[in-house]
Amino acid sequence: MSQATVTLRVQEQDFDQAVELASLTAGKTNVGAAVAFVGYCRDEEGTLNCLELEHFPGMAEKQIGTLCKKASARWPLSGLTVIHRHGKIKPGEQIVLVIATSRHRRAAFEAADFLMDYLKTSAPFWKKEHKKDGSNPSWVVAKAQDDQDTLRWEK
Amino acid sequence: MSGKSIKIRYFAWLRERIGKAEETITLPQGVATAAQLISWLSATDEGYAYAFEEPDTIRIALDQEHAEADAALADISEVAFFPPMTGG
Repeated sequence: MSQATVTLRVQEQDFDQAVELASLTAGKTNVGAAVAFVGYCRDEEGTLNCLELEHFPGMAEKQIGTLCKKASARWPLSGLTVIHRHGKIKPGEQIVLVIATSRHRRAAFEAADFLMDYLKTSAPFWKKEHKKDGSNPSWVVAKAQDDQDTLRWEK
Repeated sequence: MSGKSIKIRYFAWLRERIGKAEETITLPQGVATAAQLISWLSATDEGYAYAFEEPDTIRIALDQEHAEADAALADISEVAFFPPMTGG
């Protein structure tokens, strides 16, 4: 099995899904499937001014790299792209991008799903909500459901 | 034997409660694990006690790898404490 090409970035600036998708597939005639997931900032029924994402520089890249290696070892992937933003993000803006490419769709779907589940629970990022009403910003509490979701892959 | 120096980093609400993002301390006698470091820090002042009031919820990274509370600090140069992660 050939090694998957991995692109991994943790950045403040926005990303372009189309450009990232094109760079994973350009010139590749053995790619039969590309699955892209984009996570966006919700406005929480109009109450949210912005999210502030804190991260642990260095460890964030390292952990995402480890997850990409695990996904590549588990599924026959040709490429993986993971981009996670930090800093202040407004409702409607993009937060995270995962693209998995493979010869067949199942591997691409599953690898993207796996990466998102583990990104949420093991990549060192923390969201803080800034409300429109000017109340004290508050840290988002981790959801037990996210831990449950990762357990699906350990069966 | 003089104590070894270790860097500690705090993130999210731990950083806010403690009032600093990082510090370097000399590892005190008898502090050999991450859990013992949490206990020792909690005894130093109210900010630490507040940050670590529920030690079971605190996540730990040793040299940027996730670790359990009973992990040894002997060969570690950096410890990080943070709340459960909420990225993605």
